[in-house]
Amino acid sequence: MSSVLKPTIESTIAKTVSDGWIATRRNIYKLRRDPEIFVFSLIQPIMFVLLFNYVFAGAIQVEGGDYTQFLMAGIFAQTIVLSSTYSGSAMAQDLKDGIIDRFRTLPMSSAAVLIGRTFGDLVINASSLIVMMITGFVIGWRINSSIPEAALGILLLLFFSYAFSWVMALIGMSVRSPEIINNVSFLVLFPLTFLSNAFVPSETLPGPLRVFAEWNPVSALIQSTRELFGNVPAGIPAGDSWLQQNPLTTVFAALVLMLVVFIPLSIRKFKSISSR
Amino acid sequence: MSFIQANDLIKTYSANKRIVKALDGLSLDVPKGTVKGLLGPNGAGKTTTVKVLTTLINPDSGTASIDGVDVLKEPEAIKRMIGVSGQYAAVDQKLTGYENLEMVGRLYHLGAKRAKQRATELIEMFDLVEAANRPVKGFSGGMRRRIDLAGALVINPPVLFLDEPTTGLDPRSRLGLWKVIKDLVSDGTTVLLTTQYLEEADQLADSIAVIDQGKVIAEGTSDELKMQIGGQRVELSLVRLEDVEKGKSLLAGMAQGDVSVGNDGRTISAPVDNAAATLQQALKTFAEESIELNDAGMRRPTLDDVFMELTGHKTEDVSA
Repeated sequence: MSSVLKPTIESTIAKTVSDGWIATRRNIYKLRRDPEIFVFSLIQPIMFVLLFNYVFAGAIQVEGGDYTQFLMAGIFAQTIVLSSTYSGSAMAQDLKDGIIDRFRTLPMSSAAVLIGRTFGDLVINASSLIVMMITGFVIGWRINSSIPEAALGILLLLFFSYAFSWVMALIGMSVRSPEIINNVSFLVLFPLTFLSNAFVPSETLPGPLRVFAEWNPVSALIQSTRELFGNVPAGIPAGDSWLQQNPLTTVFAALVLMLVVFIPLSIRKFKSISSR
Repeated sequence: MSFIQANDLIKTYSANKRIVKALDGLSLDVPKGTVKGLLGPNGAGKTTTVKVLTTLINPDSGTASIDGVDVLKEPEAIKRMIGVSGQYAAVDQKLTGYENLEMVGRLYHLGAKRAKQRATELIEMFDLVEAANRPVKGFSGGMRRRIDLAGALVINPPVLFLDEPTTGLDPRSRLGLWKVIKDLVSDGTTVLLTTQYLEEADQLADSIAVIDQGKVIAEGTSDELKMQIGGQRVELSLVRLEDVEKGKSLLAGMAQGDVSVGNDGRTISAPVDNAAATLQQALKTFAEESIELNDAGMRRPTLDDVFMELTGHKTEDVSA
């Protein structure tokens, strides 16, 4: 009998880095193999930018500014929040296919599959953000702030989507059905991103919806991105809520909270899940 | 010397507000370098046993060890000595055969060079050269299983778990896979194999444990088990349902064990000593009693017969 092959990596950190990379690479291979999925995930944001801009621009008056400048931060935020659901449906699909079982019988890091999943989504989100920004430029959107501020705005969007991917990954492993995850995305996240200041100033919303929009963390993300890109219209200041008055603090707090809570929870869940 | 050992494993699930005992005091012992077949119907606890031994789930109570290493206390050490191939062929459909195997090698931490080398070796060994650079999605069921099996062998593990390796395959692919597995086990690997097919256990296993409702109910070599339930059976299919009771009592007089009635309600069978002589005698007796027959014959025992004999219920009575 031939002898068993021994591992060449021993330290926990080196294993986590190596395994995380291999799991990320797996998702990049998959994107390369199905370019149409990747292309569609880029076409949708372009469509959103064009649709919202040309359909609403004429009807929605933005005091002291123009609608295109106002809109873009909202589209950025909505798109990256919605596409983070992919982490959830992909984890559910892997679980269903039994691949998670195979991974769990290997001596790999328990964080690796999740790292690979969330980084894979970061690649998709970064690409769609670039595509949306280019489309925005073409239709007249401009960054009216400094380069460092704009860079911080982009980082904020990407970090927020990355943190949110961990939340969705945990939901995906708990719900175990890719279809349900997609429905949840549509039924929960679509309204969540709409009941915000993404497409209309929150003060135009009726009573309870306005309160919701002002306390919605997605609104804080949008408000801070708008501020960092220099896109806040003169006539529409931030809302009255504390969240709206301190959007950057709110987004940082939300980000850190999501990472600190959901990374350990997701890894713990991963260590105990199995198909059926 | 016992290599894989499980003692008094208990595992309960709650499903649909009902407590299901997946494992109910299951104990198992696999000597080094042998193949143990775990034979039982769906829901008997085969997969749950494999999941416990491969560190996927923790039992409620009981102990398990492989080569003296405690499965529950040292799962990381266990993972470095086992290879697992599941009934669902858990390979990434979007990746090619080569990419799947290279990935598994990297995740066993063999290093980039060794992982590539091993993937190439296994592709050749499993006769998958043509398919190596195509996504697994387009493979036949048999080829997919072979990739999955190759994935289990990446580190040349001393212990191999094969969970229903041929379930759902067509007979030809099954024969092909049996040959592959036979070559493997002649190499001295210790194997725990689960199956629903008596024939598969017969072909591949040195010793068989029959399991039902989370417990081992009989154990032995395939010949010992068949002896225990009677080697050959005589089977008669009656034309008229009203003759069944009388037919049963007539056949019981010639048989070595209980007479069972098939799912159609008119086929009766029983274990016998000398099948040919008993069949002749039965044909004569039934003709004298004017019981008309659709069909009559001798056959080897099936898993259904083993179950009927050992548990008193049919395999499909066991809820999954």
